[in-house]
Amino acid sequence: MLRNNPTSLRASILAAGNLSAPVDMGVGAGGSWGELAGGAAFAARMSNLRSQSVLVETTSQFEAAQALIQLDGVVRRMVLYPPDMSREHLTFVSELAQTDVILSGDKEIKYSAERTLSKRARPLGGYPSFSGPMETEWILLTSGTTGAPKLVRHSLASLTGAIAPRSASAEPIVWSTFYDIRRYGGLQIFLRAALTGTPLVLQGSQESIADFLGRAGRRGVTHISGTPSQWRRVLMSPAVAAIAPCYVRLSGEIADQAILNRLQSQYPNAKIVHAFASTVAGVVLEVSDVTMGIPSSAIRHTPQVEMRMEQGTLRVRSNRTAFEYLGKNSPPLKDADGFVDTGDVLDLREDRYYFSGRRDGTINVGGLKVHPEEVEAVLNRHPHVGMSLVRMKKSPITGGLVVADVVLRAPAQADENVQALQHDILKFCREELAIYKVPVGLNFVSTLAVAKTGKLIRHDA
Amino acid sequence: MNKLHMDVKAEVIAQFTQVATEQNMQLAPLTDELPLFNTGLDSLCFAIVVVRLEASLGIDPFNADNFSFPVTFGEFIGCYKNATK
Repeated sequence: MLRNNPTSLRASILAAGNLSAPVDMGVGAGGSWGELAGGAAFAARMSNLRSQSVLVETTSQFEAAQALIQLDGVVRRMVLYPPDMSREHLTFVSELAQTDVILSGDKEIKYSAERTLSKRARPLGGYPSFSGPMETEWILLTSGTTGAPKLVRHSLASLTGAIAPRSASAEPIVWSTFYDIRRYGGLQIFLRAALTGTPLVLQGSQESIADFLGRAGRRGVTHISGTPSQWRRVLMSPAVAAIAPCYVRLSGEIADQAILNRLQSQYPNAKIVHAFASTVAGVVLEVSDVTMGIPSSAIRHTPQVEMRMEQGTLRVRSNRTAFEYLGKNSPPLKDADGFVDTGDVLDLREDRYYFSGRRDGTINVGGLKVHPEEVEAVLNRHPHVGMSLVRMKKSPITGGLVVADVVLRAPAQADENVQALQHDILKFCREELAIYKVPVGLNFVSTLAVAKTGKLIRHDA
Repeated sequence: MNKLHMDVKAEVIAQFTQVATEQNMQLAPLTDELPLFNTGLDSLCFAIVVVRLEASLGIDPFNADNFSFPVTFGEFIGCYKNATK
């Protein structure tokens, strides 16, 4: 936990005391923690933004970082819109978060693109008057079954619950991550570096992985995190040896034994840690024995985090979990006892828990979630498709891939027809879906199993 | 070089070309020394290529706990040639 119950991110950075530590975010973007915390990008309009709901939608991480530091403790609510999230959801997200102002970066005039959405009714008597820092709601986006994102409410305290203060005698650390800081995994590293006054190196938006690794190496990065898929990309880069980290962290996807072995052999002096964390469940635990899966002792006892297995999935209760999903009709995020269902199915074998998939069949493609229902809905709109079942195929490069079993309305006849039809259905999917959601394989089958409930029977979870 | 190995290289090139076309990616001239991430394809494309090659060649050289990640196009082909030995 943070020291002294922080009032704002800016105050915490100032309290950390190492204000000259650099934050390097690529060519021409960067500064020190002191400059970021003391910056005045928003000073002129702070009074306008006070107590408002602000959506931060910038292309550059540097501008996002400035916004997060300067808005926390000032605005009522702050929505972190990831750069890879389709802009088609912007209106939906803005409405759901009751956004007053959208901040989007601009190369020439920073934050000039501020625009006020439709005026909405204010509470009678207006918002509470501003006196000192307020506890800002941090809204993170995660994928939803229909394709539209779900909005998850956190606070600075819940987001920083796993961050321990650094001891003064510790070896110097330089943090880095392959994640964007508007994703939970990247935000963790950003906040960790900010609250401990640690130098931080982030990838520029146009920077290649090889260039980034070269810069990270020159900056002396010691601690670095990413998804297993991002790490596989690093191992396939000629610049893999440009960094010599002493701490390598994997999260956001299941770490298999191959990636753990390869990272240990590439970086023999590094501690290789795979963490289980998610936007909703927060940071749950870390495994450091370079072995896939989770020791059952860690499930039974991890400080500050209670875990239990219920109906095959892992449930988590801690002060690091999110509070709720925004929206009147959203499902509850926690059960009556305050436990969050991670939805991850774990099997116990020889005193170790192994992930065997998601109960809802969600497919993780290189760290991006795909809900089978969304892909099936698109497939089922194709005039030749009767019904479809989307499932996961394991991939050594992206962890998972999307494949589909399809029942045609009329059986395809010759082989040529089959290929042409597959091609046509996939073309249809490519027009309708983000590229990672398009099935990489399409099997025509005669039937699909349907349960008595009328729902498709999913086998991969 | 035996016929099977030549077929492997031709099949790998065919799948790179096919996937690049499907994903609207610009494929660089494929030489053995070319780093994979300079071919014009991204991780998702490589994952798709691996699936297609498993279907056409019947092998998945990456499906083991201790394989080496290929860095160049030549090393990528080498993974498949070794797996057919």
